[in-house]
Amino acid sequence: MKMQPFFLACAACVGLSIASAHAQLRVEITGAGANRLPIAIADFSGERAIAQGLTSVIRTDLDGSGMFRLIDGAGTLSDSTNPPFADLKQRGADAVAGGTTTASGNGRFETRVRLSDVIKQNTLDMQAYVHTGAQLRATAHRIADAIYEKLTGEPGVFSTRIAYVVKSTGRFELQIADADGANAQPALASREPIISPAWSPDGSKLAYVSFEAKKPIIYIHDLATAKRHVAANFKGSNSAPAWAPDGKRLAVVLTKEGGSQLFLVNADGSGVKRLASSSGIDTEPQFSPDGQFIYFTSDRGGSPQIYRIATTGGTVERITFDGSYNVTARPSPDGKSLAYIARNNGRFQLALMDLATKQTQILTDSSKDESPSFAPNGRMILYATEIGGRGVLAAVSSDGRVKQKLSVQAADVREPAWGPLVK
Amino acid sequence: MRTISPRTVNLLSATFLALLLTACGSQPPAPEQNPSGMESRSPSVIETTPISPATTTPGEAIDPLSMKALRDPNSPLSKRSIYFDFDSYVVKDEYQSLLVAHSKFLAAHANMKMLIQGNADERGSREYNLALGQKRSDAIKKALSLLGISESQMESVSLGEEKPTCTEATEECWAKNRRGDILYSGEF
Repeated sequence: MKMQPFFLACAACVGLSIASAHAQLRVEITGAGANRLPIAIADFSGERAIAQGLTSVIRTDLDGSGMFRLIDGAGTLSDSTNPPFADLKQRGADAVAGGTTTASGNGRFETRVRLSDVIKQNTLDMQAYVHTGAQLRATAHRIADAIYEKLTGEPGVFSTRIAYVVKSTGRFELQIADADGANAQPALASREPIISPAWSPDGSKLAYVSFEAKKPIIYIHDLATAKRHVAANFKGSNSAPAWAPDGKRLAVVLTKEGGSQLFLVNADGSGVKRLASSSGIDTEPQFSPDGQFIYFTSDRGGSPQIYRIATTGGTVERITFDGSYNVTARPSPDGKSLAYIARNNGRFQLALMDLATKQTQILTDSSKDESPSFAPNGRMILYATEIGGRGVLAAVSSDGRVKQKLSVQAADVREPAWGPLVK
Repeated sequence: MRTISPRTVNLLSATFLALLLTACGSQPPAPEQNPSGMESRSPSVIETTPISPATTTPGEAIDPLSMKALRDPNSPLSKRSIYFDFDSYVVKDEYQSLLVAHSKFLAAHANMKMLIQGNADERGSREYNLALGQKRSDAIKKALSLLGISESQMESVSLGEEKPTCTEATEECWAKNRRGDILYSGEF
């Protein structure tokens, strides 16, 4: 009766997926990268149900990233067997991963994975993971992250999480899901709107704006404890929270002194201090990754454009000049480019600017794009858009080639925010 | 001028009703009869008079500055929405009398506070639209302060594009969402 635990684990998986099916985001790949690395993910040996679950998720992760092309027909390959390099080379694979899952008692498993270079015929990486059946998806994401990083030199983001707001009739939910849309869970439900979720740099908290008190108030919500506190509730509107890279302060927009203006505030709500002044609108602040600058939207020049100011204050520098509506600036994790929303002939589209050359590329062909959010490795940009009158989330690679769509059945999804790398 | 006394009318009606009943009784059942044929038989006898809803008795006229006036459909104080043109944050002249009425009410009720919620249409960034809605509520607050109302009695906030009263993507609909709403203590 050695098989029994696996059947149980499998039954539990099925139960879980049915329970969360109504809220689950569905990922649809609508485009792929040009130079995808050919890789074979062989069937892992050992505990069959768990091993199959793992390889299935690993393959979906790598394929969906747009960075890899999956090569079929590698068969079963354990971590200790030498891969059939000649055969794999003939199939066109440049890399191959094999693995073994063994039961280690108390419902725990150990999965060992070996990643090999098919061309050089050597081992690139050996890793071991101890996990339970319930941690199958999380373990698979960690394995996929390790493969991604070894082969691309950049960290993978399969283990990260995303936050977004789901609007159904008379109800707003702030939900947290895995980056692939699985395991969606509501962190907050309200009858009033919730906007502008922002992850703390350590991924433990979300700042957001809630209208539950008939006006916009900024809260900080601790995800593990589900406890929250007010970060800004001054007379007037309080909105657009953005974390400083050190997680100690936030840039916010307050109207307490007249007009929508930029302020800095400590995460506990203390020490409010004015950052910039204008006679018009200043909003949507966003720290540069090095914490030196704050990018923001302002109509000080007559139309909404993106500007930046040093975090210590001082002179303001205009960043966008083309067109009459450029908003929602989001610097890339390496600080070299800027994603934002540009209006072109009445269409609101996701644009990406190279900050050194000021060259701009429109990344989408949709017309109601909003709220761009970089993956923490900078490779993909998640954003909200509308398809058939319904809010959906979409992602596009920063070169515009890979496209993904994430949607929830019968609900409006908006305000996505991609969480940080898992340490 | 000749007038018909109510009694005469009653009598006439009774006679008419009796005639009608007799006529109906003498006829064979005619289920497929066209109803329009019935109507043409009594053309000018029926008169209708609009009756105003029995909300107040004539002896209790609402004090134009009372709390009740806030909900009286005949009072300007029940008008709570101010609409703005596209890309505009100027309170139009047509709303001046409405604002004067509200300023008098606030002056008469020093303990009452006003919340002004600005709104914007759905196009573009949510946070930028929140700032546009704020410009509208700020404009209404400024107009009221020019009428002598203290800042301490008012708060201007924005709901941005988050609380549309109309959800279609048409100009007519967007115009309804470019709006400032006035709420008083107890309503927020």
